[in-house]
Amino acid sequence: MTWPWLHSFCEWLKSTAISHTIQDTSWIIPATQTVHILAVALVFSSALMMDLRIIGLIDQRQSIATYLHRFIRPIWSTLPVLFATGVILTIGEPSRELENPAFQLKMVLLLLAVVATSLLRRPAIVGSSRWDDISKPTVAMKIIAFASLGLWTAIIFAGRWIAYANTGSD
Amino acid sequence: MDPVLQWLYDMPFSAAIREDAFLFPFLESIHVLAIALVVGSISIVDFRLLGIASKGRPITELTQVVLPITWAAFAAAAIAGALLFSSNAVKYAHNAFFIAKMALLLLAFANMLVFHAITLRGIHDWDRTKMPPWPVRAAGGLSLLIWAGVVACGRWIGFTINSL
Repeated sequence: MTWPWLHSFCEWLKSTAISHTIQDTSWIIPATQTVHILAVALVFSSALMMDLRIIGLIDQRQSIATYLHRFIRPIWSTLPVLFATGVILTIGEPSRELENPAFQLKMVLLLLAVVATSLLRRPAIVGSSRWDDISKPTVAMKIIAFASLGLWTAIIFAGRWIAYANTGSD
Repeated sequence: MDPVLQWLYDMPFSAAIREDAFLFPFLESIHVLAIALVVGSISIVDFRLLGIASKGRPITELTQVVLPITWAAFAAAAIAGALLFSSNAVKYAHNAFFIAKMALLLLAFANMLVFHAITLRGIHDWDRTKMPPWPVRAAGGLSLLIWAGVVACGRWIGFTINSL
């Protein structure tokens, strides 16, 4: 999906000095992608641990509260790394990202995954006023855990498909 | 070596992966997803060995939960990776970053073997310690570095191979 204003923006971004530096320095894009994938590994694995625990597939010895406490933090602290590396990649190849349907889908899915993750600690979802004394997961928490697993999986697929759905000019 | 690789290249399934517009990116996505889980889950153990996270938990308890996920993901990554390899076997086998990636995988394996055979013997003394002794921390740090290298080499393969 593209619009004239988006296309003009991409053309302008592509003509900036910083974009030229990224385009012309051959190691910047693969190095940035490497950091991006390592950050994806941290976020996806943290989400998986939390989600599997909430669903009840792993580790009944430790409480859900302990799991949320241990694994929500790395998700929030790694997202800025994903964002920063994503911005570098986008500045280097604006049309390849912003005008790409796979990229656009990925951003929508990412927004949903962030919403799902932040809902996990809401009293209304947890069924208690304090998320740290959850004894049993509510149905709402389980639904969010399944949604989170599906969303992060889809985000990784969409991310890989950016390279194949590229119809832009760079 | 090359005749074997060429034979692999000529297999019908290799040709299918090479020629199908959907199959190659699909296998790549599975490969990336599985590697993300391998690296992400092993990092949970590594951060514990380094005394950085999950410090309240005995190491053996943590590994019982995490390592089955790591191994399952590794199996998926290896199967998807082998299929991707077969689609262009000769070129991958001659790619420096592919060779480096395989070498780093061997190194990760060696690090794990040394950890199991030597370091793990004294586990009862430091299983619950928040900050394990230095050989344990070294194994954790080394593992993080090796896996970061595996991911970097993997990504660089895509930029140095002119497939298809």
